[in-house]
Amino acid sequence: MQLTLAINGRETRVDVDPETPMLWVLRDTIGLTGTKYGCGIARCGACTIHLDGQATKACQLPASAAVGRQITTIEGLSATRSHPVQKAWIEIGVPQCGYCQSGQIMSASALLAERKNPTDAEIEAAMADNLCRCGTYQRIRQAIHRAAEIAQS
Amino acid sequence: MTHLSRRSLIRTSVAIGGGLALGFHLPEASAASIPAGSQATTAASGTEINAWIVIDRDNTVTLRIPHTEMGQGGATSVALLIAEELNVDWAGIKTEFADANRHLRNNREYKVMSTHGSQLVRLQHPHLMGAGASARERLKQAAAAAWGVPRSAVEAKLGTLTAGDKSATYGEFAEAAARIRLDEEPAIQTDPAKWWLLGKGVQRLDIPQKVDGSAQYAIDTRVPGMVYAAVKACPVPGGTLVSFDPDAIRDRPGILRVIALRAAAVKRDRSKMPEGLRVLEMGSDMQDAVAVVAESWYQAKTALDRLPIRWDLGEGASTDTASCYAHGHRLMDQQGLVSGKADPLAADLIERSSRRVTSSFQRPFEAHARMEPINATVHVQPDRVDVWSPTQDQSSAVLLVADQLGRDPKTVFAHTMFLGGGFGGNGAGGTAVTRQAAELSRDMGKPVKVLWSREEDIAQGKQRPLLVARLSAAIGEEGLPTALFTRAAWFSIDGANQVGPVTADYGISTMPYRIPHRHHERHNAKTHVPSATHRAPGANQTGFVTEVFADEMALAGGWDPLEWRLKMTEGMADWQLVLRTLKEKSGFRTDLPKGEGMGVAVVECYGTIAAACATVNVSRRGRLTVDKVLMVMDAGRVINPHAGAEQCEGSVCWELSHAWLGGLDLEAGRFTNTNLDTYNLVRMHQNPLVETIFASSGGAKWGGLGEPAGPPTPPAVANAIYFATGRRLRSTPFRDHDLSWA
Repeated sequence: MQLTLAINGRETRVDVDPETPMLWVLRDTIGLTGTKYGCGIARCGACTIHLDGQATKACQLPASAAVGRQITTIEGLSATRSHPVQKAWIEIGVPQCGYCQSGQIMSASALLAERKNPTDAEIEAAMADNLCRCGTYQRIRQAIHRAAEIAQS
Repeated sequence: MTHLSRRSLIRTSVAIGGGLALGFHLPEASAASIPAGSQATTAASGTEINAWIVIDRDNTVTLRIPHTEMGQGGATSVALLIAEELNVDWAGIKTEFADANRHLRNNREYKVMSTHGSQLVRLQHPHLMGAGASARERLKQAAAAAWGVPRSAVEAKLGTLTAGDKSATYGEFAEAAARIRLDEEPAIQTDPAKWWLLGKGVQRLDIPQKVDGSAQYAIDTRVPGMVYAAVKACPVPGGTLVSFDPDAIRDRPGILRVIALRAAAVKRDRSKMPEGLRVLEMGSDMQDAVAVVAESWYQAKTALDRLPIRWDLGEGASTDTASCYAHGHRLMDQQGLVSGKADPLAADLIERSSRRVTSSFQRPFEAHARMEPINATVHVQPDRVDVWSPTQDQSSAVLLVADQLGRDPKTVFAHTMFLGGGFGGNGAGGTAVTRQAAELSRDMGKPVKVLWSREEDIAQGKQRPLLVARLSAAIGEEGLPTALFTRAAWFSIDGANQVGPVTADYGISTMPYRIPHRHHERHNAKTHVPSATHRAPGANQTGFVTEVFADEMALAGGWDPLEWRLKMTEGMADWQLVLRTLKEKSGFRTDLPKGEGMGVAVVECYGTIAAACATVNVSRRGRLTVDKVLMVMDAGRVINPHAGAEQCEGSVCWELSHAWLGGLDLEAGRFTNTNLDTYNLVRMHQNPLVETIFASSGGAKWGGLGEPAGPPTPPAVANAIYFATGRRLRSTPFRDHDLSWA
């Protein structure tokens, strides 16, 4: 079925079963592979994207439910790694294997869009669904605080 | 093979946003960053000084990385080691992954391509630093010859050669240097005090690509004409395929074929392989499985979920976690294999002692659960085979695909990808998924990406062996142990005596403490569950056993646990350095109010001594918070403190995940908690603050840092829980224990 999706500010036409999760539409149909598969049940957060600005697990989002809404993936967060979260991530050197980091960054950037100076408790609540097997959590926390500073400077 | 034939009208997926994995570059990336994609070949644009170093006329220096970057900072470490000796501007270097095919073609030219065992810096530094030193001296020799001065009069610094008023770039003498052979290769600089680049701490090369989604992992591979496969092996590992009903999914969208994969090795004629490249008999780890091949992975996966399959579950179906534990504890009363030197007095001394300590321990199977699920893409063509695999050893990927297909390894090309975690699970080439992809690509005549679902990844992964142990000690006059008797049993596949470098009681039989009479035995119990090395192999299970028991021995003798460890390692300078530093920095104490506790532990692994002090809080109702883990590390020297500290933070989280929340549940031979809602790992709110201190003893020690901080973490936390609650934990996961106190 032909669907028109608004991805990273561009209208994109795809021919998929409307029940196909956006994760696979992004990765396999369109080729935006920055959004990652980790569990398929919305428990690891590797597939986090923004749906109308809200952090959303793409593995549980049917393509049909994304029609008419703004989808942002890690590739669309900025053109030049210039988003405050990306700057902070680079400055602090957060990623290790990096596989979960697209999702971490999308969750963190959605949080900062709502809360300019999140507390540790707010960070923990917003990031609770994002697993990192490398254990970069303390640097993620530090980088979110740093991103808040960068955003306001 | 059983096929479901169907018209295969495959639309070619052309990447719109992601590009092809092959040759994908980031022009806007900073100069010192490794390309996000993979290299099929490493054809030089400049002059190759040696296999690791290419210098262009314009003085651009490209360093080739023969190792895998899986988050451990390895690519950066390799570049640092070479750049230290070559003496080039770090900010200006370029890097690329080395070619595994060339490595094999040229008699293992890069010495070692495997990346495991925390050994990249620890064991590979001589030839990596040697490559840089040799190139530097040859550049100097070339300039010396041109300028008519002795080589010793030429200085090589930051890419420039100078002698008196003469000056030139490395690039100007690269061609001449490539032709020079030195009478004697230069020595490398191993004294950290004389390093100009190593030890200072640099940003890792792979960071920029990992914040914008451009880093290419094997799972991201997109090849024109590629089709996708989902696979399912028998839920009880080792079971066999009886039948399946492809008609049941015939009408599902996008399905191309349903294919049975058999465990039996394909017959092939190895004699046709050229001498020197002939593949050793590689044990195939392929299990009976069914593959659904479709136009997209989601179509393949959802169809596979609906496919009726009948399995013969085999012998494994009669075992579960409880039966393994019961068997393991029975073995504790039976004589086992002796590890190390036998001491027949140990058991007698304990038997006759009036102060005895005896404790039993058990720990379950654990999964790697790398964030990137197991996958591989293989493209079989008449004249060449391409492999995209999340392997820790590209050269093994070449060999196992050659083995599976009966091809000449010279025609097999492995593309080095970033790994979404390694942790020991992608080592040694024993990766069934790559064989599956090779089989399916040959069968389909197309490139095939095989991706295991998370459930398949955990159910069919190679697990950390389940462990049971019993330790007994006699406590003597000064409250110190006079004798120690230990037995440990692990459940390794088919009762293997060794998994990777370790045996069942590695870490127990090798613990450092000076006890006059020690006797250590081990049992290898059979299981159908495939085994593999996991981060910090051996020590990751036994560190908990030895270091909880160390606290028990100390307290039984009336000793403070940290003072006991200092006493028991007297005369061992590096252990003393680490433990004294821990004492000084941690403020360890045993008299905190109830509900609060500190615990210590110290374990040696891969040449590095790691000491931990954990601080915990346990509510009256038993809710555990791990506030902090202080790690003191002696790896001898540290080439990149930034990456080293990250590895310690990660190792703490890794082991805490297993010890606190993890544990695979085996029921009727199959694992039942196979996704991340039931196989629980530490999340941000559970992760302690980790502080890392390097207490480097220097000397001849080159220890690893990718793994050793893990093993002391669970016992430090368990020992802290004891002081907080009075509850002694001798099994994991801690979530199974009631930690409440009154």
